[in-house]
Amino acid sequence: MIGADDISTILSSGIRLTVPLAFAACGEYLAERAGAMNISVEAMMLGAAFGAVATASATGSATTGLVAGVLIGLLIGFVHGNLSHRLEINTFVIGLVLNALVLGLTSYLITISSFDSHQVSQVSIPWLRDIPVIGHPLFVERWPVYLLIVIVPLTWWLVERSRWGLELRAVGEQPQAADVTGIRVNLRRRQALLWCGALAGLGGAYLAVGEVGSFNQNMTAGRGYIVIAAVIFGAWRLRRTLIGCALFGLADAMRLALPALGLTMNSQLLVVAPYLFALLAMLLFANQNREPRALGQPFERGST
Amino acid sequence: MNEVRQESLDRKPGPDASGRRLLAFLTPRGGGWQTGLATTLGVVVALGLSSLLIAVTGGSPLASVQALFEGSMATWTAWTSTLLYAAPLLLVAVGACVSARSGTFNIGQEGQVLIGALFGAWVGLRLALPGPLLLVIVLVAAALAGGAWAALSSLMYRIRGVNIVVSTLLMIFIAQQVVAFAVNTPWLLQESRIGDAIVSPQSNPLPAGALLGSVGEYPNLQVNGGLLLALVGAVVVAVALARTRWGFRLTMLGLNPLAAKHAGVRVNALGGMALAISGAFAGLAGAVLLASPVGVNRLQPGIAMNIGWDGLLVALVARNRPLLTIPVALLFGVLRSGGGFLAATGVPPFLVDVVKALLVLAFVAPPVVIAMIRRRRAGVRTARAESRPAPVAERVAL
Repeated sequence: MIGADDISTILSSGIRLTVPLAFAACGEYLAERAGAMNISVEAMMLGAAFGAVATASATGSATTGLVAGVLIGLLIGFVHGNLSHRLEINTFVIGLVLNALVLGLTSYLITISSFDSHQVSQVSIPWLRDIPVIGHPLFVERWPVYLLIVIVPLTWWLVERSRWGLELRAVGEQPQAADVTGIRVNLRRRQALLWCGALAGLGGAYLAVGEVGSFNQNMTAGRGYIVIAAVIFGAWRLRRTLIGCALFGLADAMRLALPALGLTMNSQLLVVAPYLFALLAMLLFANQNREPRALGQPFERGST
Repeated sequence: MNEVRQESLDRKPGPDASGRRLLAFLTPRGGGWQTGLATTLGVVVALGLSSLLIAVTGGSPLASVQALFEGSMATWTAWTSTLLYAAPLLLVAVGACVSARSGTFNIGQEGQVLIGALFGAWVGLRLALPGPLLLVIVLVAAALAGGAWAALSSLMYRIRGVNIVVSTLLMIFIAQQVVAFAVNTPWLLQESRIGDAIVSPQSNPLPAGALLGSVGEYPNLQVNGGLLLALVGAVVVAVALARTRWGFRLTMLGLNPLAAKHAGVRVNALGGMALAISGAFAGLAGAVLLASPVGVNRLQPGIAMNIGWDGLLVALVARNRPLLTIPVALLFGVLRSGGGFLAATGVPPFLVDVVKALLVLAFVAPPVVIAMIRRRRAGVRTARAESRPAPVAERVAL
């Protein structure tokens, strides 16, 4: 049967798979609250993963790579924001094009170059790591994991408590009304996309220089879409979004761990579980009016 | 009441008017020469950036372009492979036009292609029917399955208000796992060994009677049946959108749903039908991939080969005009078949994906940018006008 060690192993791989999702989900959550439906999270994560590995290899420092990943995420967020909320090209179209562009670009560049492997260092917290079962998974981690302790409350505070966040939510719910009160709707959305880009970049960079240590073609493999699913699953609330990320991460960890434990369970079912969860959650929560009302709708001054 | 309104909408235009309408339909909307110029500039910039990328990474842009040309257009055999890629792309794109015209953005074609191929394979392997009849049934089954898969998203939207873009996106991943599950399960479709070699799970090959042959064989050029199907589809959809009551209502629904509702259009039925039709075209593309005259003719998890995503991009570049999708699908077919050839010169074929994305941007951005510049100018003009006090009579009129 499954022993404490197995649970500990599954938990720690679950946490490792959850962390990149959680970073990106904080960003996507903020962007969607501003009404900016951002499907280029995938591009941000993938681009950042590549940038992080390339920079880490060039400078020999994984931490510099992490910073470079954040910068690449910011850059993609900036491009997306300017195309979809300054030039007002359909945001889904821009997301699609950016995803295709970054996937093609990184796949191309990785075939003509090779990078050294670098990983950020592991931090092990004394005393706490000796707690049975949960001690090792929670308190022996690569250090960027502990950034979550800062970033999650910060995101929550930005959205729910700051003046900027109040305006941001107004922009997501009623852009026309927000515009009348003098809030620059599209500027706010561009700022939200920058935050999203930085955090998705951090998630992608963590995946590359934290967990894997190298870059593979299409290494994010749809994680950006899972992040969007997590935000929907969480009905546009931060806590539930993070619970969604944890569920998806654990489902992924189970898929990897079950064959090793000798349990046969349909692996397709476990892969598809996050997406099914998200769809079911949408079916259940859609009538609660939790979705930002202007989500995915472009704002154009004087259109209504 | 509704009868009266509809009669006035359906009044047959004279020959002159219909000619003008066809012309308006063929010329890009909202921009004229400025948009054309900006698009040309955009394409030049996109190609320049791609060449720069090749040059910076140590390749030769000229050799790459030559390889692209040789792999896609230089010989009749190359043309055959280009047309082979163009057919499913065109089908997906034509379907995307239909849903986009109705104001719905379907981005789940990749999944609909897979589901279409799955049901096509299932029917094709289970029914023992004589040749051409089996092919027809395979195509119909694929179209119905793709349409039903898309209609699920529509249903979720109508019943619970689930965002269609997001649900069609999520359904792609579900479709991928459904297909992976199906080929892994003996009672559906599994063949894990061919002869003595163990291969990754896939279905048995379709019987020869269920394959799309070539419709025209010239010494070296083959025109595959799928292309003919796609061309007919494009023309039928173009005519239906431009000239029928259904097409008019669909366009009206896309431009202003509220006005369409007041004019007596059954918004839910029409919108749902549009999404289902786009799914059906994607499903048909799946069957064309499956039953293509060359290829393995087996259902494999990787059968969709991003055709769904690329077909969507084709529709975007063609700005949702079914007839324009024909040349654009051809261009994307050229990029695909030339991309395979590119690898021989040492330049990774992934470069083609970069070129594709940049080209799409070059086609999508200019009309929006031009429109924005115009709006800004108009805004400046009205702002100037407003700064002067208007005559009293004018104020009253406003």
